[in-house]
Amino acid sequence: MHPSVLEVRNLRTHFVNDEGQALRAVDGISFSIPRGRTLALVGESGCGKSVTSYSILRLVQKPGRIVEGQVLLRPRQGGEIDLAALRDDDERLYDVRGGKVSMIFQEPMTALSPVHTIGDQIMEAILLHQPVGREAARRTGIDMLRKVGMSSPERRFDQFPHELSGGMRQRVVIAMALVCRPELLIADEPTTALDVTIQAQILALIKSLQVEIGCSVLLITHDLGVVAQVADEVAVMYLGRIVEQGSVRAILRQPRHPYTQGLLRSLPSLNEGRRRLSSIPGTVPSLTSIPPGCPFHPRCAFAQPGRCDVGAAPVARSLEPERWVACVRAEEIAVGQEGKEVG
Amino acid sequence: MNPSYPPLSGNAAPTALPETVMLSVEGLTKHFPIWSRGFVRRQVGTIRAVDDVSFQLLRGETLGLVGESGSGKTTAARAILRALSPSSGRVLFRTTTGVVDLAQLPERSLKGLRQEMQMIFQDPYSSLNPRMTVAQIVGEPLVIHRLARGAELEDRVVEILRKVGLKAEHRERYPHAFSGGQRQRIGIARALILRPAFIVADEAVSALDVSVQAQVLNLLKDLQEEFRLTYLFVAHNLDVVKHFCDRVAVMYAGRLVEIAPTRELFQRPLHPYTQALLAAVPWPDPDRKMNVAVAGEIPDPSRLPTGCAFHPRCPDCFERCRSERPLLLPATSPTPRSVACLKE
Amino acid sequence: MTTGASEPPVSAAEGAAATGESQWALISRRFFRHRLAVAALFVLGVLYFVSAFADFFAPHAPTWRNLATANCPPQLPRFSLEHGLHVLALDRHIDPVTLRKTYRENRTHVIPIGFFVRGEPRRILGLLPTHRHFIGIDRERLVRLERTTAETTFYLLGADKYGQDIFSRLIHGGRVSLSVGVVAILVTFVLGIGIGGLSGYVGGTVDTFIQRVIEVVNSFPNLPLWLALGAILPPDWSPLTTYLAITMVLSLLSWTSLARVVRGKILALREEDYAVAARLLGASHSRILFRHLLPGFTSHIIVVLTLSVPAMILGETALSFLGLGLRPPIVSWGVLLQDCLSVQNVANYPWLLLPVVPIVVTVLSFNFLGDGLRDAADPYSSR
Repeated sequence: MHPSVLEVRNLRTHFVNDEGQALRAVDGISFSIPRGRTLALVGESGCGKSVTSYSILRLVQKPGRIVEGQVLLRPRQGGEIDLAALRDDDERLYDVRGGKVSMIFQEPMTALSPVHTIGDQIMEAILLHQPVGREAARRTGIDMLRKVGMSSPERRFDQFPHELSGGMRQRVVIAMALVCRPELLIADEPTTALDVTIQAQILALIKSLQVEIGCSVLLITHDLGVVAQVADEVAVMYLGRIVEQGSVRAILRQPRHPYTQGLLRSLPSLNEGRRRLSSIPGTVPSLTSIPPGCPFHPRCAFAQPGRCDVGAAPVARSLEPERWVACVRAEEIAVGQEGKEVG
Repeated sequence: MNPSYPPLSGNAAPTALPETVMLSVEGLTKHFPIWSRGFVRRQVGTIRAVDDVSFQLLRGETLGLVGESGSGKTTAARAILRALSPSSGRVLFRTTTGVVDLAQLPERSLKGLRQEMQMIFQDPYSSLNPRMTVAQIVGEPLVIHRLARGAELEDRVVEILRKVGLKAEHRERYPHAFSGGQRQRIGIARALILRPAFIVADEAVSALDVSVQAQVLNLLKDLQEEFRLTYLFVAHNLDVVKHFCDRVAVMYAGRLVEIAPTRELFQRPLHPYTQALLAAVPWPDPDRKMNVAVAGEIPDPSRLPTGCAFHPRCPDCFERCRSERPLLLPATSPTPRSVACLKE
Repeated sequence: MTTGASEPPVSAAEGAAATGESQWALISRRFFRHRLAVAALFVLGVLYFVSAFADFFAPHAPTWRNLATANCPPQLPRFSLEHGLHVLALDRHIDPVTLRKTYRENRTHVIPIGFFVRGEPRRILGLLPTHRHFIGIDRERLVRLERTTAETTFYLLGADKYGQDIFSRLIHGGRVSLSVGVVAILVTFVLGIGIGGLSGYVGGTVDTFIQRVIEVVNSFPNLPLWLALGAILPPDWSPLTTYLAITMVLSLLSWTSLARVVRGKILALREEDYAVAARLLGASHSRILFRHLLPGFTSHIIVVLTLSVPAMILGETALSFLGLGLRPPIVSWGVLLQDCLSVQNVANYPWLLLPVVPIVVTVLSFNFLGDGLRDAADPYSSR
């Protein structure tokens, strides 16, 4: 069995705007998710992390299009499917969605139909992907609701989504996503709409079910706190590219890319005792005007004219084992900061 | 470092507010009636959004008001500024001329006071009128209060835009041409152009990305120093509150459960709910794991539990908690702090 | 879990972000991309222009008649090198038994016609005196042909039973039919905004009461009520009074949908943060309403109004057709269609049905225009 369940190679998803310009929402990213592990894709709004998750499941809608790259899914029973190469109406795509790969969204209501009971919706997910009868599906569904921590699941089974609170709805969505025992769960900002005590409950639930089912998780989030709590590996995105990738400890403790460093420094909790927070100057440029060279150079304190602001964007290089940085000055920056940990 | 907090008695005349106190909220309550559907409307219930909330805000201080959604923190903030009219309670506010009770003031007399208290909103998208240019939005307060016109209006708009980190040429653009962080700066400029002394920041940085959030927090700090502002900082992000506020008040189901100086609150939370809240914060540190300290969710504000509203979720709940409602009382501590819990 | 609310990474607003266009610039840009709506706008422009200057465009006055040529069929314009633009004269035959008139083209007699020809004097819009008409019999050339036998007539679209020119009457009728919709819409606009605004902004009992009234008004069947109201208009009223009364009748029932839209929008926008912000700045009620709330949905009002013009036009047509609306001597498309009340007339003289064509064209154009406006109206929506 291949060690990674999903491998994305050089994925590019572009959108065409009203003026006919191609906007490079995802611009050549590569990563792989090891079996049973959690990879967090982290970045600020507009960095392309959600488009990446939609691209994996081929849910990108017009005017967006995957223009290049491979999305290799490697199921347990062997074989390899390149999801990016499948036609929109390919049978295998429907088999993958909700079967081998499930997705949960930020807003649970978008994934739930308001006119069907929770039970109907869970059973539909089961009947679509498993060769079982309605009675068995009902039992599995109720069992799943119990697993996600719903009290009196038999009663909840026949309720409508609007009768539940936000936290309960997200539990139902998780039940629906995991009831077919997927090999990969894509969680797109699963707790952003929730309060902090509920967030803790939901994150703990995802973790425990992940162990039980043995699936991998691709966590899309902007919250470095959630990343620190849940992820094994982290990929930091900026303007459609992965700027840095590595283990969660390495990224949060010794960030090598100036953008990651800037992000972490702007967190209040890493500024204890300081009156002002350090922040990244300027704003994220729009996709219509991505700077040449390294896209981060206009906001970067380490940018060198003639080196960072010309040519193509820097490619991710391996600095140490299992650690990639897309910065031409990564070594120099690392030497300058040796021994100085952030936070 | 031991400011004096006067007793919260209900019958003191409005003028008897110590010089150091900017705002004194006493027994603030906001109930929303629930109406039945149909041709004849009958009241069938009450949502106790804010219930008997009391606290004081000192001049130049930043008080964080935290709680989860449905805790009533936003309703409380809006009732203080009279965006909603309170059901009962007093809101004593120190104006340049004297102390007034905002809760009792008729709508007409409020207009003049709007120059002294302003609000910064959460959503940088819905808080700016999309049909107005930045100059119109930021200059509107001056137009409403007839404080400036023509070239003077223009000059003051440009001046305040510079102060919040925007450029003069931004003023002819429409809000949708700006990023979330820049829009929030426009909202701040609108709130500050009248030079108020008191600002309610309702989740002012919650919708922003972390790097932009840091910029805006720094801006708010700088402006506080420059204009000697007093902030009521409504937020749910405890990380931000810990950095930004001098004192923190924690709300749960419409009531204050704990109020304490920031350091003390984060080091030694007294109320079981505050403890659970702090334990659930995902700190950006892989070695400091959060834990799920409480099960369940915040109760429906129209069907609050009897006694302490937190008792069904509380790990330390005992018999009295089910029947007796705890009052917010001073706790034994070297610094002034209060907690509403029957334990101890 | 097939699709989610995928936030499109590039929204319309973002596209305009670089330029910072105003709302109206965005709307017009989107509108002009809607081909059908632009075409409809052009057609309506032509229709309104022609009927506004009916005195110039129509060959005859609406009351002009020639009983000798009653029920004359349309005369097709022809072109030859010898005679230029012309129509053939018609020879009239009267059946001795039925006394029915029939017409036959006389190929030897031509009647020259032309553009911008001299004709009877008229005043354009009642002001500018003119002898020139857009189209008509070219009398200068006719004189040179020195011919007297056949009737010198030019009925582009035929004549009715009094020998009145249908083409001229269509153009003149357009004045009434096209304007009745617009005038009725103005009344609707005032009623809808006023009542809807009151309902939404004041709320409470006032709101409940107005909503009940709207429900009652809406539950009346339109046509019978129009008929009843049309029937009580005294027949001896002057044409102008009747015209105004009819517009009132039409708008009395149509303000409800606009009032609903206005109320709903105000209720929604009143809770927007920017409206709360204005209140906290000390803005007066009228300032909040007119500066902050109304501009938020002017585009929607325009759409609703545009889409309800056709109903007005059709209402006027229906009332006049049934003889309960406008009456001769006022000319409107509905009045013209009164001649089609008998099947025999329609069978014998099918050109009497021609007023249907401008009605259909107008109604369709307004609908296309409304669709286009609706699509363009909200530049901040995702679709």
